[in-house]
Amino acid sequence: MNTVYIPRDSSAISLGANLVAAAIAKEAESRNIPLNIIRNGSRGMFWLEPLVEVATSVGRIAYGPVTTDQVASLFDAGFLDGGQHALSLGPTEELPWMKHQERLTFARVGITDPVSLQDYLAHDGYKGLRNAIDMAPQDIVQQVTDSGLRGRGGAAFPTGIKWKTVLEAPAEQKYVVCNADEGDSGTFSDRMIMEGDPFVLIEGMTIAGIAVGATQGYIYVRSEYPHSIAALNLAIKSAYEAGYLGRGILGSRHDFYLEVRRAAGAYVCGEETALLESLEGKRGLVRFKPPLPAISGLFGKPTVINNVISLASVPIILDKGSVYYRDYGMGRSRGTLPIQLAGNIKHGGLVEKAFGVTLRELLYDYGGGSASGRPIKAVQVGGPLGAYLPESQFDTPLDYEEFGKLWAVLGHGGIVAFDDTVDMAHMARYAFEFCAVESCGKCTPCRIGSTRGVEVMDKIIAGTDPAKHIALVRDLGDTMLNGSLCALGGMTPYPVLSALNHFPEDFGISKKEQAA
Amino acid sequence: MHDQMARIQSHIESHQHMAGALMPLLHAIQDDLSYIPEECYGLIAKALNLSVAEVHGVVTFYHHFRTRPPGRHVLQVCRAESCQAMGCGALESHVKSSLGIDYHETTSDGSITLEPVYCLGNCACSPAIMLDDEIYGRVSPQQVESLLASARRDNP
Repeated sequence: MNTVYIPRDSSAISLGANLVAAAIAKEAESRNIPLNIIRNGSRGMFWLEPLVEVATSVGRIAYGPVTTDQVASLFDAGFLDGGQHALSLGPTEELPWMKHQERLTFARVGITDPVSLQDYLAHDGYKGLRNAIDMAPQDIVQQVTDSGLRGRGGAAFPTGIKWKTVLEAPAEQKYVVCNADEGDSGTFSDRMIMEGDPFVLIEGMTIAGIAVGATQGYIYVRSEYPHSIAALNLAIKSAYEAGYLGRGILGSRHDFYLEVRRAAGAYVCGEETALLESLEGKRGLVRFKPPLPAISGLFGKPTVINNVISLASVPIILDKGSVYYRDYGMGRSRGTLPIQLAGNIKHGGLVEKAFGVTLRELLYDYGGGSASGRPIKAVQVGGPLGAYLPESQFDTPLDYEEFGKLWAVLGHGGIVAFDDTVDMAHMARYAFEFCAVESCGKCTPCRIGSTRGVEVMDKIIAGTDPAKHIALVRDLGDTMLNGSLCALGGMTPYPVLSALNHFPEDFGISKKEQAA
Repeated sequence: MHDQMARIQSHIESHQHMAGALMPLLHAIQDDLSYIPEECYGLIAKALNLSVAEVHGVVTFYHHFRTRPPGRHVLQVCRAESCQAMGCGALESHVKSSLGIDYHETTSDGSITLEPVYCLGNCACSPAIMLDDEIYGRVSPQQVESLLASARRDNP
């Protein structure tokens, strides 16, 4: 029987993948062709979605972007056997976008049926957990430390050190919490993992539980991601049924229970302590630190709290070893980063590469330049709290320290491109506005500073005494940077001040005045 | 209303023993009734050993929760940076003027509630919208127009 792959990824669905899947099923039925349709994750080439792949004797052949009215002609062209058609793209793995990546965390995404445990196992799934089960907790933590894995959120804190703190904290009950509430614009790698390979996240969390002695895990998922929640719940159910979760995992002495909890649309809950408050059933107000969550986290117990990509990177480290993982990357940025190309970009999507690839390579070699065909004026990296970088900085390699030198952040590896029609004063105003909408309200610099920031930006945009008001924006930025309780208020000045520093003309002053 | 309170009571009973029960409980109520009526704060507070003010505080803190019934369909327009880079500003103006409402409002025929959303995670296919639970990418004003027209037609 022929096998056809049509993604179930939200982005593919947003471009009609469900309709195409239905049309293909119907066409096959009317032609009496038995067909096995697998709803895989997306390969991450979103300009080609819906991307339909067929399994042939020479591997998978891709067609895309497919629309429902082209389905009959695909059958006519014999696409089930790889026949030629206007939408033919050739072997998927040979497409330049795919070929030059280094997919470790995303190794299975787009290839397997995300909710099939059998498929996961057939593609090296749960090998990491099998190794971890026989290891001493200290050794698991050591492996993660040696791999050089750092948190794929804002702070880039070494994951192994975090785990070690929880391991050494004595307590009756400990927790593993997955922060799947990363609501940064331009980032969708979390969503793609949860929808495209949920078992890898489940496996990573189970390994974390064994490593630190935690028996209960929670995945706190954005309410904006209904498809992710559905895929995770299906995968968790199969993992329980097959003994990969629950009491005595795979016959060992380790227990691990896992549950999905829905967030409710508050951006600040992507901050770890606000997230914990929310999980406890409270408003997502940021907590003072210390104590660190590793010492006193969920319900006051020691808690490992990591991002989706951090946890999903753990299984391959335990499968292939810390050295294998550490050998990718540069400097102190080890392993790979799933990079997301978004905004005004011709070829938007997900690229997983070792650290060290430059912005320019990503924007032009992978991204193909802007979608509008106009020059790319600025890119914002690392979400709404990340700095805007001008063209003169596009040769910066993706590396935490290199970005730090530019007063920028790499964060989640989300890159949003803007063409030359963008007004950077408007984007600076938006950064303040976003902070005002999303502030938890606990600290004054963030709560009040963001509102005042919008007002001052309005004056600058209206051309009212720009020099005076720009000085005020800088002063406000300084207060927010140094006085906020968490990164929401503390990093809002990044997009604001980087826009001002690199694009002063948009704020009504010349480069010369800016330098003065 | 009596029926509503009975349904809320049964959600309370099935959730109250969970660790951190309030969020899952509020989701269950809103999934069922499409909003969280203020009349139930007392019941929830009593069952979870909280004050009514705490329940109110949580409901109103989160953008997702509603204290009033929405229109029969909810349109969310993504306002985040990636969508802005691809012209969501024009899309927003178009939708607002076509529906004759602003964000957080419902059309006079009760068919559409308009909400802003800060990222649907569809950033490689900007601009993006969500109509009820369906996500759409690279949408043009014309496409939204036709989606809304058919949504308004299937009113009961």
